[in-house]
Amino acid sequence: MVAAPGLGKRSWVLETVVMPAALLGRKIGMTRIFDASGKNLPVTVIQAGPCYVSQIKTAQADGYDAVQLAFEDVKPRNSTIPLIGHDAKAGLSPKWRRREIRVTPEEAGQIQLGQALTVEVFDGVKFVDVVGTSKGKGFAGVMKRWGFKGQPASHGCERKHRSPGTIASRATNRGFSGRPKRGMHMGGHMGDRRVTVRSLELVACDKDRNLILVKGAVPGAKQGLVMVRAAKRLYKRKAKLAKAS
Amino acid sequence: MSDQILQAVEKHYMKDSLPQLCVGDTVDVHVRIVEGNKERVQVFGGVIIRLQGAGLTRSMTVRRIVADEGVERTFPLHSPKVAKIEVKRHGHTRRAKLYYLRQRLGKEQRLRDRRRGLAHLIEPGAEGQDQAAGQEAVASEPATSTAAAGS
Repeated sequence: MVAAPGLGKRSWVLETVVMPAALLGRKIGMTRIFDASGKNLPVTVIQAGPCYVSQIKTAQADGYDAVQLAFEDVKPRNSTIPLIGHDAKAGLSPKWRRREIRVTPEEAGQIQLGQALTVEVFDGVKFVDVVGTSKGKGFAGVMKRWGFKGQPASHGCERKHRSPGTIASRATNRGFSGRPKRGMHMGGHMGDRRVTVRSLELVACDKDRNLILVKGAVPGAKQGLVMVRAAKRLYKRKAKLAKAS
Repeated sequence: MSDQILQAVEKHYMKDSLPQLCVGDTVDVHVRIVEGNKERVQVFGGVIIRLQGAGLTRSMTVRRIVADEGVERTFPLHSPKVAKIEVKRHGHTRRAKLYYLRQRLGKEQRLRDRRRGLAHLIEPGAEGQDQAAGQEAVASEPATSTAAAGS
């Protein structure tokens, strides 16, 4: 474990593992497991990796240090010539998805182009963050989207039981000169956006099948693309647990 | 594909052998209880009124009467806390969930034993003999033989 200087500006930032402890994967689904004492753990199964390093970005050439991970093969006819060429430069077959992971220059030095990363990058990691795309809910009203209470069922309320109510008056400090305040919660498209769930416990790793089990739920539908990385920050209780190992 | 992987993961955590359980069965569930650093086994006996879930998440709800009060407990079948399940009797049911037992009192709650058919009368032996026995049964008592075929 080496402190990552680029990330270590605040006290709650954890020491990070030397390798880029991040992988792309697919959400497989949820189940439960029992620990030795019979305690029930809700877990999400994620097929993480293997990922391949398709590009290494350096501060000199690109302005910042990062590693680009590529995940899962794609048929060449479903890819494009520029992308096929991009993967070929790293000696890889055409890949389906790519994501960049920021690393420090020292970390970048240890990584080779085309290198494969498997769930072994999570050795010694106790908590992970999972980034995914949430399930789309379509156009949702304010009650579903923002948890508004709606209007009364009776007492003269007609045909507006789920409406948001007033959104601004003519000129108050809540609105501005007769307009609704910026960022006023209204109906609109819900879900289908990038969501990060922080510091989920990493329950188990299956190196043979490239599976990891994390405690709790993960954004998105089954088969959805997720990114798993070592937790960037932990609050006290979990930080203690992580250090104890 | 997802489900196959999930099943493979679940299999790793599942118990190898569980008795075949049906709704309406009378069972004794041996539950591990930890008190301080001591562990003991408590037996909870009753009728299965509900089987729910699949794979690792399969669970059953057992109902029994304690001091004139109905008590229901739900057990995840694959939990290590469930040490053993003994099936005592097979009850005859026409429902998948026996919630109606909650409205019943006293003797009304009893379930008729499931018909065993004639299978237990047939001596384990050559197939020819089995068939002959079956045919005899059909000739003599058609109603019972249907039950035998079903069991």
